[in-house]
Amino acid sequence: METNTYTASRRNFLKATGGFTLYIGVSGILPGLISCEDPKKLEAALKKEPLTAWVKLSSDGEMVIFNPAAEMGQGSMTALPAIFAEEMDADWSKVHVEFSPQVTEVYGSPGWAPGSKLMFTVGSRTTNSYFDVMRRAGAEARYILLYSASKTWGVPMGELTTEPGYVVHPESDRRLGYGEIASGLQIPETLPENIPLKKSSEYRLVGQDLQRTELPEKVNGRAQFAIDIRLPDMVYGVLERGDLHGAAPELQNEAEILGMDGVLKIIRLDYAIGLIATSLEGALEAKKNLRISWGTSAASGFDSGTAYREYEKIAAGNARGEVIVESGDVDKAFNSAARRITADFKNDYIYHAQMEPLNAVVQVAADGGSAEVWVGSQQGPDSKLGVPELLGIPPENVTINLQYLGGGFGRRSMNDFVSECVLLAQEVAPKPVKLIWTREDDVRYGAFRPMSLQRVTAGVDSGGKLTGFAHCVVGDGGNLVASGIRNDHYRIPNQLAEWREARHGIRLKHWRSVGHGPNKFAIEHMLDLVATDLKKDPVALRRELMADAPRALATLDKVAEMADWDTPAPEGRARGVAFVEHGSLGSGICEISLDRDTGKITVHHFWCAVDPGIAVQPDNIKAQIEGGIIMGMSSVLSEQITIRDGRVQQSNYSDYRLLRMQDAPESIETVILGSDQHPEGVGETGTPLVAGAIANAFLKLTGKSLRHLPFTPERVLEVLNA
Amino acid sequence: MAKLSFNINQEQFEAEVKSGTSLLWVLREHLGLTGTKYGCGIAQCGACTIHIDNRPMRACILRAEDYANGQQITTIEGLSGSGEHPLQKAWIEAQAPQCGYCQSGQIMQAAALLDQNPSPTREEIRAHMSPILCRCGTYLRIEKAIRIASENGTPLQQ
Repeated sequence: METNTYTASRRNFLKATGGFTLYIGVSGILPGLISCEDPKKLEAALKKEPLTAWVKLSSDGEMVIFNPAAEMGQGSMTALPAIFAEEMDADWSKVHVEFSPQVTEVYGSPGWAPGSKLMFTVGSRTTNSYFDVMRRAGAEARYILLYSASKTWGVPMGELTTEPGYVVHPESDRRLGYGEIASGLQIPETLPENIPLKKSSEYRLVGQDLQRTELPEKVNGRAQFAIDIRLPDMVYGVLERGDLHGAAPELQNEAEILGMDGVLKIIRLDYAIGLIATSLEGALEAKKNLRISWGTSAASGFDSGTAYREYEKIAAGNARGEVIVESGDVDKAFNSAARRITADFKNDYIYHAQMEPLNAVVQVAADGGSAEVWVGSQQGPDSKLGVPELLGIPPENVTINLQYLGGGFGRRSMNDFVSECVLLAQEVAPKPVKLIWTREDDVRYGAFRPMSLQRVTAGVDSGGKLTGFAHCVVGDGGNLVASGIRNDHYRIPNQLAEWREARHGIRLKHWRSVGHGPNKFAIEHMLDLVATDLKKDPVALRRELMADAPRALATLDKVAEMADWDTPAPEGRARGVAFVEHGSLGSGICEISLDRDTGKITVHHFWCAVDPGIAVQPDNIKAQIEGGIIMGMSSVLSEQITIRDGRVQQSNYSDYRLLRMQDAPESIETVILGSDQHPEGVGETGTPLVAGAIANAFLKLTGKSLRHLPFTPERVLEVLNA
Repeated sequence: MAKLSFNINQEQFEAEVKSGTSLLWVLREHLGLTGTKYGCGIAQCGACTIHIDNRPMRACILRAEDYANGQQITTIEGLSGSGEHPLQKAWIEAQAPQCGYCQSGQIMQAAALLDQNPSPTREEIRAHMSPILCRCGTYLRIEKAIRIASENGTPLQQ
């Protein structure tokens, strides 16, 4: 078998350029600089300090900039190198991008917790958390080139400046290309601590639409995902995990399975039976033939449909949960309120449904002392993804080769599939193992966005002011159900937000926008229930509430203008509005119609105004908002995982239905309200706008209130006919 | 096990596979044509869309031995290896892909549409493309890319 992967990108680069390569490295503590004409000496130097490079610059001026973040479609492969290239003043046409090695000390971002570093592509924080890291590293690279040119020319550094790809000495009208400088590089002893950074008004890459660097290979089939890796002598692993999370398997027909063509090994895990076979089809055939009797688990007996009754009891109980926000005195506000509205909102489990099923390739050395992993991961708290602990080997003996991710959405920040593959590969070392989850595995053994119930009460005083807001979320998973419960941009003097726990033994995970989806649905729809009660315009009500939040208000004003809010929607249609803060601030308006016979909601248009601070890649921000809204629509209108007696009832796209192109809106229009504030994430701003906006449009259209996600046609009819 | 011979992208490929093996596994795991993706295995997502005698088909539900009789199989690698197909160019112009995993299937499905109908309406595009799922939600940019390619003209299939 031929291999279509490579691991030693450095060696490849040396070979490709055939000559000189400069590594400018910034370790965060001391700069590590390697400059060398002799590839052998360079390799030796790299061995000594092998992983301190952000950029590789060759004598012809071509360069490779390392991207330390996962690329799952959000554009990290372009945005982060662009920030670096901006400060380095690189010629973008000569920039190539590769994934950085997975070494936290060098490539981690301190943007998660001060004093620590992580390589973790989650929470829409790639640009947010790496903005300063990439700027500083790029500026240091530029400083070194300036220093070297000043030595070459014998002029003070202060007289030099740069143009894209060149150091320039205006006084003598001399120029040196970055590649030329690299050929005779002179390196400073130390780097100053505070190298000046560009002002945003000086940006020429940040804020411009650059074509995404990896798209050419994403349209010709060459983009490599982990599932595409093929290695010599590779074998295939599959697991049968059942549909009852955590249940212990007992294999009934071991001899029969071992007798099947190509089956090499059976591996028993606490929760699954693993198989290794010489071919994928052989492994899948054997998997189909497994006879397993399953034990019970913590989820046994659990029924997601009837669980809401229990949730209602928990919400009604006197025991307070974990208080997340408490300001003023809601009880007092409610007691003195002229009007008080209470509503329950329900949200079923949903599944990530990333298009590339979970998979990994792992090769453990024959002596068990080292391992190599090919994986599409959102990385983790440990950049070696837990592999060293599993194998009992030092982290430096584990190489992680990050591949493109065929979708992440939060699922790939849990590396259970990597651990599984390591356990299988250990059994057949040194053969590499490709572990594939079938779609059925991926659905049944998913890690879902938890079901939840939001009990929300709003109190309005005699002057029509919203004075009290209480929001109790019931569900499993802490922040998984509680995120997005805050109302920091609405002026409501008395607020109480709390989480009350319910536990079911169902696997849970962050799902794009996490608790913001359900909680913003509850908050935003409640605001429209209040507005309707007060006979107030929903946008006008929000404008009053945003009196202290000018940036949020600007997005609301803008989207109202874009959607022509003050002009009535066409006959048979209605518009609904919602506001979300998730990293960026965003306001959205949708226009819907309804088939009253079938209960099908059609979303015709979606408008969104978003304030992300500095817009590093504006068109990509729009792409993220568009994708976020479509994923939001899919989840809001049809997606649903149901559990009966602990067992997941869905298994593939045939019964877990995603939105298809025919149901996409005619248009999604996004306007970016840029500023010079630190950039915020945009990947999860669009998604949680959708439920509130649709429910509010539905309320306007029908006078009825949708309160249970997803808004399937059956549920819509039920509400319509109630 | 049988030795099968396939005509893929106008080249001959041979593979020894068990009867009943899906064409998708043969393409991906036996022959290394990994541009065609596995998504569901039951023809629900379209990530594995290829052309057989110029018609879009889902490779995951096809038995390999049924397509080893001289049928012309085209995969994304054969649409235009250089990425110069009008659809591939339009895809980049529209900056359509996000994660990219479904895009081979999307492009192959779109190529079959333009082959039959060089100037499709929006409704025709949407109806034709709806078998192919995209979880990143790139549908509007895919639609735009197909319109761009349609306006620029598309060459006949090889």
